[in-house]
Amino acid sequence: MTPPDSTILIDDVPVPFEPGQTILEAALEAGVFIPHLCFHPELGAHGSCRLCNVIVNGRNISACTMKAASGQEIEVDTWLGESAQAYRRTLVQMLFVEGNHFCPSCEKSGNCQLQALGYDSEMMTPHFVEFYPHRPVDASHPDVLLDLNRCILCELCVRASRDMDGKSVFALAGRGMASHIVVNSPSGKLGDTNFSATDKAAHVCPVGAILIKRVGFAKPIGQRRYDLEPISEEATPRREVEEAK
Amino acid sequence: MSATAKTSALPKVRAATTSLAGCFGCHMSFLDIDERILDLMQIVEFDRSPLTDIKHCGPCDIALIEGGCCNAENVHVLRELRANAKILVAVGACAINGGLPALRNSLDVGDILNEVYRTPDGAASNVPKDPELPLLFDKVYPVNEVVRVDYFIPGCPPSGDTIWKFLNDLILGRMPRLDPQLMHYD
Repeated sequence: MTPPDSTILIDDVPVPFEPGQTILEAALEAGVFIPHLCFHPELGAHGSCRLCNVIVNGRNISACTMKAASGQEIEVDTWLGESAQAYRRTLVQMLFVEGNHFCPSCEKSGNCQLQALGYDSEMMTPHFVEFYPHRPVDASHPDVLLDLNRCILCELCVRASRDMDGKSVFALAGRGMASHIVVNSPSGKLGDTNFSATDKAAHVCPVGAILIKRVGFAKPIGQRRYDLEPISEEATPRREVEEAK
Repeated sequence: MSATAKTSALPKVRAATTSLAGCFGCHMSFLDIDERILDLMQIVEFDRSPLTDIKHCGPCDIALIEGGCCNAENVHVLRELRANAKILVAVGACAINGGLPALRNSLDVGDILNEVYRTPDGAASNVPKDPELPLLFDKVYPVNEVVRVDYFIPGCPPSGDTIWKFLNDLILGRMPRLDPQLMHYD
């Protein structure tokens, strides 16, 4: 079938889009889930985590950076006819072994998008050899804990602090394997910045790297977002939510 | 177990379990299958396991491994189970990624021993060096970095229901899969 204008086909389902929207934005607005970590609706695309990679007319591309265009036939759950789950699982496994992702000790467990995508892709093991990097915890800030053991370098905090809070508290330093988040203060400590627990950057971390202190277990483990519902089933069509208002 | 009647005429499945660098929490969780263990015992008999107190493993069908490898004795035990088991299963966070004991992995093991065993005044260190003690490793290793592992059951610990679902699938010849509500890393 030929899709009409302003419609893309995602796994054979017609999905409308508005000019300028990316495939991921159009999909999420229509309630079609495409896994993603470094994308945030208010901060846009980054194209670094590769979880949202899909097949567009036979080519592999990240759905968060590719603009939707009529005539696109997109495969999300399959890649060229083969299940895409194993590919996405491999990406999640590599993110797990690169950091120290010890879920039982993490306050974010149950609300963590990386963990939820592990569940969703049926990741039973990180599979690869663990890196066990040495990354000391920065607890210097009175209200916020910075634990880069769990950082996946999505730069959401960098972008939120720069573009929404106007503070530029975080930046990415180093290259390749040495890439890491640095804090913009002479001491390098978060406590010596003007960072605040009410900043947008304190609330966009998809993993447990930036945590608000003293609220970690306000909601018990077992009753949290992804304890109750798989991440792939929570994609509420944003258009319907807005119409219901 | 629904297939108990059908399978009871068959030879029993031999299973071994062990805890390496773990806390026995996964074994306790296994016991959370409660009275279902009576159904299980209809078709399974235990070889080496803390439940039987058998010290060395003979040929068996399934080995459940809790905990990672933090010393030479762990590796010795793990290799014995791998050599004897047709199917080796890593159970719980420690077996799968080192877990809590692996939190020491980014630190120097010598520094840790000196910190733990130094005298109260800090003047001297009494690190145990009895040759009976197994050699402590520089790091805690997940079991799949030491031997080939056939299946993994995540969780800290995996719930009794999770272990039950897995064993049902495995023993009845289905591909073991966990429903979303049984799949947890914490």
